Amino acid sequence: MNMHASTPEGARERLVVIGNGMAGVRAVEEILKLDPARYAITVIGDEPYGNYNRILLSPVLAGENTIDDIMLNTPEWYAENGIELIKGVAATRINRPRRQVELADGRSVPYDKLIIATGSKPFILPVPGNDLEGVIGFRDIADVETMLDAARQYEKAVVIGGGLLGLEAANGLMKNGMDVTVVHLMETLMERQLDATAGNMLRASLEERGMKFVMPAKTTELLGDETGRVRAVKLEDGTEIEADLVVMAAGIVPNIQLAKEAGLHCERGIVVNDFLMTFDPRIFAVGECVQHRGVCYGLVAPLYEQARVLANHLAGTGWMTYEGSVTSTKLKVTGIDLFSAGDFLGGDGTEELVMLDEKGGIYKKLVIRDDRIIGAVLYGDTVDGTWYFQLMKDGTDISDIRSKLLFGQAHLGDSGHGGDAAVANLPDEAEICGCNGVCKGEIVSAIKEKGLFTLEDVRAHTKASASCGSCTALVEQLLAHTLGGDYSASPSEKPMCGCTDYTHDQVRAAILEQELKSIPEVMKALEWKTPNGCSSCRPALNYYLLCAWPGEYEDDRASRFINERAHGNIQKDGTYSVVPRMWGGVTTPDELRAIADVAEKYNAREVKVTGGQRIDLFGIAKEDLPNIWRDLNKAGLVSGHAYGKALRTVKTCVGSTWCRFGTQDSTGLGIKLERLTWGSWMPHKFKMAVSGCPRNCAEATIKDFGVVCVDSGYELHVGGNGGIKVRVTDLLTKVETEEEVLEWAGAFIQLYREQARYLERTAPWIERVGLSYVKDILSDEQKRKELYERFLYSQKFAQRDPWQELSEKEDPFFKPVAELV
Amino acid sequence: MNDTAGIMTQEWVEVAKVEDIPPLMARVVKTKQGNIGLFHAGDGNFYALENKCPHEGGPLSEGIVHDCRVACPLHNWVIDLKTGEATGPDEGKTRTFEVKVENGAIFLKL
Ligand code: SRM
Ligand SMILES: Cc1cc2nc3c(=O)[nH]c(=O)nc-3n(C[C@H](O)[C@H](O)[C@H](O)COP(=O)(O)OP(=O)(O)OC[C@H]3O[C@@H](n4cnc5c(N)ncnc54)[C@H](O)[C@@H]3O)c2cc1C
Ligand code: SF4
Ligand code: FES
Repeated sequence: MNMHASTPEGARERLVVIGNGMAGVRAVEEILKLDPARYAITVIGDEPYGNYNRILLSPVLAGENTIDDIMLNTPEWYAENGIELIKGVAATRINRPRRQVELADGRSVPYDKLIIATGSKPFILPVPGNDLEGVIGFRDIADVETMLDAARQYEKAVVIGGGLLGLEAANGLMKNGMDVTVVHLMETLMERQLDATAGNMLRASLEERGMKFVMPAKTTELLGDETGRVRAVKLEDGTEIEADLVVMAAGIVPNIQLAKEAGLHCERGIVVNDFLMTFDPRIFAVGECVQHRGVCYGLVAPLYEQARVLANHLAGTGWMTYEGSVTSTKLKVTGIDLFSAGDFLGGDGTEELVMLDEKGGIYKKLVIRDDRIIGAVLYGDTVDGTWYFQLMKDGTDISDIRSKLLFGQAHLGDSGHGGDAAVANLPDEAEICGCNGVCKGEIVSAIKEKGLFTLEDVRAHTKASASCGSCTALVEQLLAHTLGGDYSASPSEKPMCGCTDYTHDQVRAAILEQELKSIPEVMKALEWKTPNGCSSCRPALNYYLLCAWPGEYEDDRASRFINERAHGNIQKDGTYSVVPRMWGGVTTPDELRAIADVAEKYNAREVKVTGGQRIDLFGIAKEDLPNIWRDLNKAGLVSGHAYGKALRTVKTCVGSTWCRFGTQDSTGLGIKLERLTWGSWMPHKFKMAVSGCPRNCAEATIKDFGVVCVDSGYELHVGGNGGIKVRVTDLLTKVETEEEVLEWAGAFIQLYREQARYLERTAPWIERVGLSYVKDILSDEQKRKELYERFLYSQKFAQRDPWQELSEKEDPFFKPVAELV
Repeated sequence: MNDTAGIMTQEWVEVAKVEDIPPLMARVVKTKQGNIGLFHAGDGNFYALENKCPHEGGPLSEGIVHDCRVACPLHNWVIDLKTGEATGPDEGKTRTFEVKVENGAIFLKL
């Protein structure tokens, strides 16, 4: 019977998915996001449920979660999205000539496009007795139910395989009161993720909890009793270990039977190209059943990457390619912290950084090649796992932080609220997102209960990091810690926002390469998914265009945040603050008088000295802004850009003019720097300072660009940050003259302007690209001069006082459009 | 007393010309009932909302408009211009006003 016989020709294309698991359904979700109306979708799954989070079967077994907790897509979800779900029925054959999938119950489902997402199967050792009752794998809900059932009736369990899955099974069974022995073929545990040192530490702590190990040992036979149930495991040396339950966790085998029988090219897995297409262009495959560039993956993160690329093609966009993934692993055994990523064994041409504290149970090893991390093993203290993994995926040059690397991100010189590495140790009630008052416990339970995988999911459900975004790193850490190896988004791969699949870097490159010169042009060329973007991508695009086409691009006011639109900081009551520029922190009686006059005239409700050496007038009504600016302009005062992703302040100390220790004219140099750079729009705010001697009264070493004067010249420091996460600057270079200071400052700013991502301050930017990278470019005299030239060119257009422009032309934007009172 | 009188006498009032509000921008109309934000949305239509975010009263007219939504300038709640309701996980609703455009003039029902 043809179930879709009634579907008229020319209607929507029929997309059929075999396998209702994590990868297949993820691909469907991604397609729905891109083009919900394109396909009539049918999902066929042989398990009798909706789609669930297989990863969390381990905590379910250990009693830390319930089956209900781990459901990702309920049958209602399929119905709501118009997807036909055929559950509890296996697909038995793919009939390629007739383009239909045949089912175990005799039905068949026709397709125009087919996705095979059949996952993998536990590898069952080919030994006698492997079909006895009580011998199972660890793969699905049914297996967990069998194990929980056995735990209620029996005492002894043997787990064959000391890998991730085996140990999680053994731990779960032990938690259910069973006496568990792990039989492992190799010398050390989890040899595919851990080196011998970490493997042995892991073994010792599991033994402490009561787990038994027999290893290295080869299973040769499973012995049964008269009822046909397993009673013992027999090893090569003749030993017999009693067992009422045997869990085979000796590996997984991609489930390729259907594909193979249909004549599709398979090796270990179903062979696909970079678009996840099999050798039949109508048939795609995704997930653990796939072999891509010779690799079969067994973790969720790479499968989700595959699903995104596949959806990109099936939804007709078709520009993404899947080029393979680097993976990381965590063991989900509560109380044991272990992390592994990449090439953790190393070899020729690699070196190792190792820290071992046997008594404290801490081991960290980083494998380095060409000054880049290529692998990591952490045991006992894994808080920096995500950081190392990020450095690894970003290919960050670590030569500058080498000596501090093993001590972790917290030792890079930051302190304060943002020590995000410590997030794992925070109590549940610790507030993570200050803007929306979301605490750690709320986020963690939302991740677990709602099955969240991405930052966007967490933002949507909890609001955490959805406002100012400064806690993004903390939320990502929480995702990583809660989901283990499953979460691996790296900023270099993250799309700009929900409106596009392109990353910041890709968008910037496209703007230059395709000479895109307006926001609508960018959105058209890059096929934005929303009609006019959102409050996250529009300001970023506006900046990228402004930076790429100085003098040419016309600023889009509708894409500016209110502060930059109104050239003042909006306050909680809807009034604004006004901060005039005070060059290098120096003022005059005339300026102060003018400020005092406007403060009275426009009823400033407070006058305050800012942390940036200037004066802030608070509580100004929007309608009064142009007037107060006009008055200030008359006294020679211009906008301080205290509201902008732009050059903010240049803090100075008194320097050689007055101070008995001053070595150079720090105040004068600060003023020159500010005159050079004011008005420049940047990816984020930018602060400078000049101190007259190493006593550093202007706090130059926590600024984006800081100058410390010394007898012989000027030390230039970059990448400091005094905000949420304090970071001390790195020394960029030392120069001898003020002219050189100005040139280096301009060149540095231009490099930052051209390369950092929107809302990325210099501190995280430098940590991402590495100081050496910045140093190399700026030390190259020609490159430095070119950058400086480009900076000076763009300043020609940027150095107009916005206050003057707006107050002169009577901008209607500041007034109500009608007053009916 | 005044309130009932106000509702009884609802009528269309001209408040602006179409060109007063560029696409994806908004302006404020001051009324006896408080400030109203008048938005030129991504679909080309105009919408009017009480200029108070359901969160903490932020002036919605100062937010970034995209499609038929506005992101509040204070804490980034996203409000649906058609219904006045907060979207996503946030809950709350701002009062909406009827708008019509005739011969290039925008009218509010007040
Ligand atoms: C006015 C001022 C506080 C004061 O009374 O002194 C201030 C006020 C605000 N700061 Fe600040 N910051 C002020 C100096 C600082 C400093 C100190 C400094 O510059 O020496 C810092 C730490 C140094 C640094 O930035 O590295 C600082 C770190 C921040 C941060 C955290 C930035 C970070 O990278 O972590 C934010 C949040 C943000 O930008 O996203 C912020 C944001 C803000 C905002 C804009 C919050 C907002 O979005 O509304 C505040 C606006 C208040 C208002 O309505 O005017 N402010 N802020 C200071 C203005 C200085 C000026 O003259 O322009
Ligand atoms: C206990 C456990 C713990 C894990 N822990 C982690 C972890 O911490 N981190 C991590 O990243 N990964 C972990 N994994 C691995 C992760 O779950 C898998 O990588 C992921 O589920 C694979 O997705 P998939 O869609 O390819 O396969 P699956 O999720 O297995 O989905 C395939 C589906 O297809 C169905 N199917 C197969 N053949 C047919 C057919 N002929 N007809 C109809 N339906 C069929 C199967 O029944 C199954 O439902 C764990 C796995 C297990 C079992
Ligand atoms: S001025 Fe700065 S530190 Fe003070 S409350 Fe505002 S953002 Fe926070
Ligand atoms: S007042 Fe609008 S989001 Fe807070």
